[in-house]
Amino acid sequence: MKLEGEVRIPSGCAISGIFSRSGERIKGDQIIKSIAVMHDRSNGLGGGFAGYGIYPEYKDLYAFHVFYETLEDIKNCEEFLNKHFDVINLSKIPVRKHPKIKKEPYIWRYFVNPYETKLESSELGEDEYVAQCVIKVNATIKGAYIFSSGKNMGVFKGLGYPEDLGEFYKLDEYAGYCWTAHGRYPTNTPGWWGGSHPFNLLNYSVVHNGEISSYDANKRYIEMFGYKCNLLTDTEVITYIVDFLNRKHKLTFEELAQVIAAPFWKNIDRMPKEQRELLTYFRNKYSSLLITGPFSILVGFEGGIMALNDRLKLRSMVVGERRDRVYFASEESAIRVIEPKLDKLWSPTGGEPVIITLDDEEGDEK
Amino acid sequence: MKIKVNLMHFQELNKLIKQTPDLFIKLENCIGQRYIASGLSEKEVVIEGTPGNALAAYLSGSTIKVYGNVQEATGDTMDEGLIYVHGSAGDATGYSMRGGKIFVRDNAGYRAGIHMKAYEDKVPKLVIGGKAGSFLGEYQAGGIIVVLGLGEDETPVGDFCATGMHGGKIYIRTNNPPEHLGEQILINKVDNIDEIDDLIAEFCNVFDIPIERINQKPFYLLTPNSAHPYKKMYTHH
Repeated sequence: MKLEGEVRIPSGCAISGIFSRSGERIKGDQIIKSIAVMHDRSNGLGGGFAGYGIYPEYKDLYAFHVFYETLEDIKNCEEFLNKHFDVINLSKIPVRKHPKIKKEPYIWRYFVNPYETKLESSELGEDEYVAQCVIKVNATIKGAYIFSSGKNMGVFKGLGYPEDLGEFYKLDEYAGYCWTAHGRYPTNTPGWWGGSHPFNLLNYSVVHNGEISSYDANKRYIEMFGYKCNLLTDTEVITYIVDFLNRKHKLTFEELAQVIAAPFWKNIDRMPKEQRELLTYFRNKYSSLLITGPFSILVGFEGGIMALNDRLKLRSMVVGERRDRVYFASEESAIRVIEPKLDKLWSPTGGEPVIITLDDEEGDEK
Repeated sequence: MKIKVNLMHFQELNKLIKQTPDLFIKLENCIGQRYIASGLSEKEVVIEGTPGNALAAYLSGSTIKVYGNVQEATGDTMDEGLIYVHGSAGDATGYSMRGGKIFVRDNAGYRAGIHMKAYEDKVPKLVIGGKAGSFLGEYQAGGIIVVLGLGEDETPVGDFCATGMHGGKIYIRTNNPPEHLGEQILINKVDNIDEIDDLIAEFCNVFDIPIERINQKPFYLLTPNSAHPYKKMYTHH
């Protein structure tokens, strides 16, 4: 397989998202319809979806979605999972045969709880225990890749056009309060199923249109904190940065946006004193987490979603609202196709986060 | 010719537009089809819905009327013709345009008029009714950009306005002219706007806006501060 730098596959990138503030569960066919409009931004080498609120019957359990290359890999990974988790339910993820989706890996789903005794002796918080287990599997068990590890949410992704993958994964049979989608394979890199978007850790998922030039700086820094960037593509590191800043350092999503898409120094210099001091502090403390280069991202998290452009706004992004629904997409047409009538439509400026949360809960934003 | 576009692929749609002998074409319910009317001459295309990126790229004399918003790179490298947008425009509107006119009733995204250029009688014009995003007129080499700021009390242009501008003109109608412009840009309040009178009249006529509204605020003119602002940068010693 040719790797990054050895091959270039030109094309655009597309992202799309739907969120119901009231928590109404939206069927997955909606997001498929939206992302399909931007077919020509993709290249058929990757696509995927994240749905939140899709497993209400198992909402307190971690849902692991896992790719396996061989039956042997299943055995090795399950051995690890059974040692660390109480596996309440396991099954293959239901798929329907699709003429355009080929060479799929084994795709399994596990609803799990950390073993009490194991968790206690680890002296870690539950989330950290789970995150470390996921990172361990992905870094050390050959042929096994946990690509989704949150609660009451799931990532579905692979090689192909997103609309075909959506049908393959039967997303019309799932419903959730939030969906995100991505079309095309990670920038400049040949495809494998695990390398498609969304990237996920715990409840965080990221879809990304762009190509970040700070990848190496970001990777070097974040790997000091136990994360492993195995996938050789830029979006993976954004996911870990979000986890690091929001879950571990308790930054709000507004603050997180000010770190990864920090304003320019000359703009900071013109700000009122208090704001200037805070942003100066962020830029100094988290200088290695500044993300440069073009990006527009949708970050899914428990109870909410954040849309963010790089500070120069080198990628397109529009946001639309209709009653309790909020829509996000690289192109307006991808919103209009599922909601022709909008109460409001706007393009967030560079570095300006749009954060939407469920009406009746704060999510894990705070 | 009338086409109900819906989810038709852009290649098919553009083939229909190019092949028809009809001089008037109406497109209903456009959903993101790219390159509509690219390179097209001598026709009139009326579009309802949301046309896709690079609408009217390389336009060669046709008139395009959009009832809705347009996406990115509308009028990319257009040579001649007219585009009326009854709504807002996305990023890079008028990208590298070298002739013709674009009128946007509401707002334009980032980098409107980036790399506009002019040559002899080819002087492209871009008129934005509301506000423009950052990097308006970035690397502008020629042509005229007008931002009317209708309904905007604050500066109707974003940061980094006219960065790298080395030719052409930007007129901004506002009580709050942009601050922190680059050193190579001159900004002056102007009383004489004869040069853009016709553009304003056309804008008001097309979008049915009383011309008196335009007179309520002053205009500022941005120009590069010498004939060769980047001469030093490009000169080898």
